[in-house]
Amino acid sequence: MRYLPHTDADRRTMLDAIGVADIDALFAAVPEGSLRDELPDLPRAQSEIAVERALSRLAARNVPASSVPFFAGAGAYKHHVPATVDHIIQRSEFMTAYTPYQPEIAQGTLHYLFEFQTQVAALTGMEVANASMYDGSTAASEAVLMAHRVTRRGKAVVAGGVHPHYRAVIETVSRLGGFEVDARAVDPATSFDADADNGTSCIVVQMPDAFGRVADLSALADKAHEAGALLVVVVTEAVSFGALKSPGAMGADIVVAEGQSIGNGLNFGGPYLGLFATRKKFVRQMPGRLCGETVDHDGRRGFVLTLSTREQHIRREKATSNICTNSGLCALAFTAHLTLLGEAGLRKLARVNHASAVALAKALERVEGVDVITPAFFNEFTIRTPKPGAAVIDALADRGVIGGVPASRLWPDEPTLAHTIVVAATETTTPDDIAAFRAALEEVLHG
Amino acid sequence: MVEMPKVILPAAEAAAPQTTFTGNRALQIEEPLIFEIGSAETSGVDFEEPAETETRLGGLERTDAIGLAGLSEPEAMRHYVRLSQKNYSIDTGIFPLGSCTMKHNPRLNEKMARLPGFGDIHPLQPEKTVQGALALMTELSRWLLELTGMHAIALSPKAGAHGEFCGMAAIKAALEARGEAETRRVVLVPVSAHGTNPATAAHLGFTVRAVEAGPDGTVAVDAVRAALGPDVAAMMLTNPNTCGLFEPHIREIADALHEAGAYLYCDGANFNAIAGKVRPGDLGADAMHINLHKTFSTPHGGGGPGAGPVVLSEALAAYAPVPFVRRDGDAIRLVEHVGDAPEGAAPFGRLAAFHGQMGMFVRALAYMMSHGADGIRQASEDAVLNANYVRARLADVLTLPFPEGAMHEVLFDDRFLKGTGVSTLDFAKALIDEGFHPMTVYFPLVVSGAMLVEPTESESKQSLDQFIDAMRALALAAKAGDVARFTEAPRFAPRSRLDETRAARELVLNYREKAAV
Repeated sequence: MRYLPHTDADRRTMLDAIGVADIDALFAAVPEGSLRDELPDLPRAQSEIAVERALSRLAARNVPASSVPFFAGAGAYKHHVPATVDHIIQRSEFMTAYTPYQPEIAQGTLHYLFEFQTQVAALTGMEVANASMYDGSTAASEAVLMAHRVTRRGKAVVAGGVHPHYRAVIETVSRLGGFEVDARAVDPATSFDADADNGTSCIVVQMPDAFGRVADLSALADKAHEAGALLVVVVTEAVSFGALKSPGAMGADIVVAEGQSIGNGLNFGGPYLGLFATRKKFVRQMPGRLCGETVDHDGRRGFVLTLSTREQHIRREKATSNICTNSGLCALAFTAHLTLLGEAGLRKLARVNHASAVALAKALERVEGVDVITPAFFNEFTIRTPKPGAAVIDALADRGVIGGVPASRLWPDEPTLAHTIVVAATETTTPDDIAAFRAALEEVLHG
Repeated sequence: MVEMPKVILPAAEAAAPQTTFTGNRALQIEEPLIFEIGSAETSGVDFEEPAETETRLGGLERTDAIGLAGLSEPEAMRHYVRLSQKNYSIDTGIFPLGSCTMKHNPRLNEKMARLPGFGDIHPLQPEKTVQGALALMTELSRWLLELTGMHAIALSPKAGAHGEFCGMAAIKAALEARGEAETRRVVLVPVSAHGTNPATAAHLGFTVRAVEAGPDGTVAVDAVRAALGPDVAAMMLTNPNTCGLFEPHIREIADALHEAGAYLYCDGANFNAIAGKVRPGDLGADAMHINLHKTFSTPHGGGGPGAGPVVLSEALAAYAPVPFVRRDGDAIRLVEHVGDAPEGAAPFGRLAAFHGQMGMFVRALAYMMSHGADGIRQASEDAVLNANYVRARLADVLTLPFPEGAMHEVLFDDRFLKGTGVSTLDFAKALIDEGFHPMTVYFPLVVSGAMLVEPTESESKQSLDQFIDAMRALALAAKAGDVARFTEAPRFAPRSRLDETRAARELVLNYREKAAV
């Protein structure tokens, strides 16, 4: 087996050095009858060629986003990742390192995490950010738990425009932890509406919301703060930070985001990375790893993981979160891509995304019976179609177009949304893609 | 075979000047932060100017400076390559972190995960356009269920701790269905457990009751029976445990728990010791997470992403969270909403936005297919062999807290350092100077000054001998009074010992914020 270095002679020599007759002597503690003689009922070892052949065959049964006109978003976005980024994250020293528990020989990881935290704080308009979380949805549920700790209250109000899967994660974690969730009605027209009372720890709102709509959150922030609650802002499209007023500037207390859009591929939903930022006064209630600056014995600047007294390996059942890992390599992809973009590049990327979406909206509005129902948006919006969205998407797929996500897949219990589709465009969308989408939609609806 | 030097030469050159004019040391180049070398105008990415100029941003344009710094492509490449050279990694050398399982990461797995058919598909594109991906998830499930001897699987948890949460949530859901969620609120956790175990239990509203291990480092059935009562929901037990020992009474413990109406959660962090040899389902486990980044070698990536699928017993199978895959004639479907669950299923909810760590599923399956049933079994045996070889060859100079043999990792304590003026931490830092990543230190908490060594099956005998020789030389040096070698270590790393107290006290987490002060 190509990954195992020992020869049988090595094994014999080592067993002799240990002083046992055979390998099973080292498994002597396993209860009688539980140590299996027979191999598992699974295939035997295969060559690299054979494995590559089998997996390539499975991969070929999927339709890659880049192979067709592609308009699906709803929490995961098809963006271009520069070749440099994928090279950097495959450097052995980054990819095959562990969590930087020995900082003197992990400065590479810690240095980029410090840069990452600074970038995330800048994007979100907040003061401090952690070293990343599993993904946007888990970051959102952690934000709710953090708001409970900060306010010593136990109810979260979730606006109707929050991604339904994010809402489901918040509801699941809250219910199991003994907390209350007040989820507001799902309606594209009132997707930012929420209020708080003196039992509310936070209002959770998404911007742009799950229909793609953008709005000023300042009044909502005031409403939350007047009731002594925090405003948690969820962002599922991180490129929007380059175009839209930051959540921090609109009064957010905690900003969580899905960072996939910058540096990370679609990967069928994971691995992604969660961004988590807040105000400095709440830092001790934050979940997740934090990287801080310090000096070494010789006075040179260096970085370490810090405030680990919040974390499970020190605090055990009193920890702020049970999370052990972050999403290190995805965070590296994010920070490397953002370093390549820089401020000017991110703004331009955001501008190109918005221009693509506006061009798409104009094209789809020209299809008879189709309405764009999102008045203001970034790179994603919702259309209403004369036929059910799921059937339209299915028929479009048969014509080689992935035309967005039918709202019925996201909110199956909302019959009023059955005729709507959430569509996204990015810098990868070409005029030809838009023309193909429009033509296919004409055919599906009126052909 | 090359004979390795048995004696490490004294570091006479330590007295020579360590400074240069630049602060660089040959290949070790000091690297500034991007905010110190980049600018707001510089970019390493080009875009075509869009034809469309109308905006529909609703007057919410961002007008303030964001505060980002950009680098051109050559500058960025150099920045990250220089940073990478300050990291130790598996590809650099043995990485014997106990409990972390730092084994070789095959590059075939990276290549497979990057196939457009896996890496470039959207989680919400039509099911009929992702049948290959759903087939891969089905196949991965088959392997994991066969290896563990369990009944059902939840693929969506994103890491080990997330998997723990999933498994314990399934237990809570089962108790709710039995009408006992209010009365059974206690979870038993051995004191040697990973910190995630009590943290997970607490986040699900359980109270943690500690169970002491016996003098041999394992949990006795009587200790479990003494802690059991009608208020106990479950026990969380790592097996092999964090001392590197197989829990010999696990079946009796499982029986005692089940008789008392409680469940056994098995922390699968150390499954790599027994995969292909022992099935946790045969030992009575009701739920167990599998760290794909440990046992099945998806890269640790400097701290994630991980993946923590959870296997469930028949008693808990109905409560697996959405989403999950389900065969429907010739097609495979995704069940994405609790309301869409088939007859008999009662999912406890949802734990993440999409279907799990697909990129890690591809890598783990490539790893398992490469090994095959025979290779997985051999890998477990070699991992156990390597740990016991290290144990045997260091037993005369280090100190072992437990008399019984190790599984895939071996635990030493600090009694051999008593009176030397050298601590476990100093010892670890001296190992850095010798060119090795240290073992896990001060964990588990149950022995004084713990040193937990997990070599993994990826290390050759020659590599183990080099590590063992360095460990022996250091142990002898400590006993001989060569204290400065330890207390001043590391001297040859990119940084000398870092001031962690200052980091926590002054708390600089953001370059901009510091610059603004």
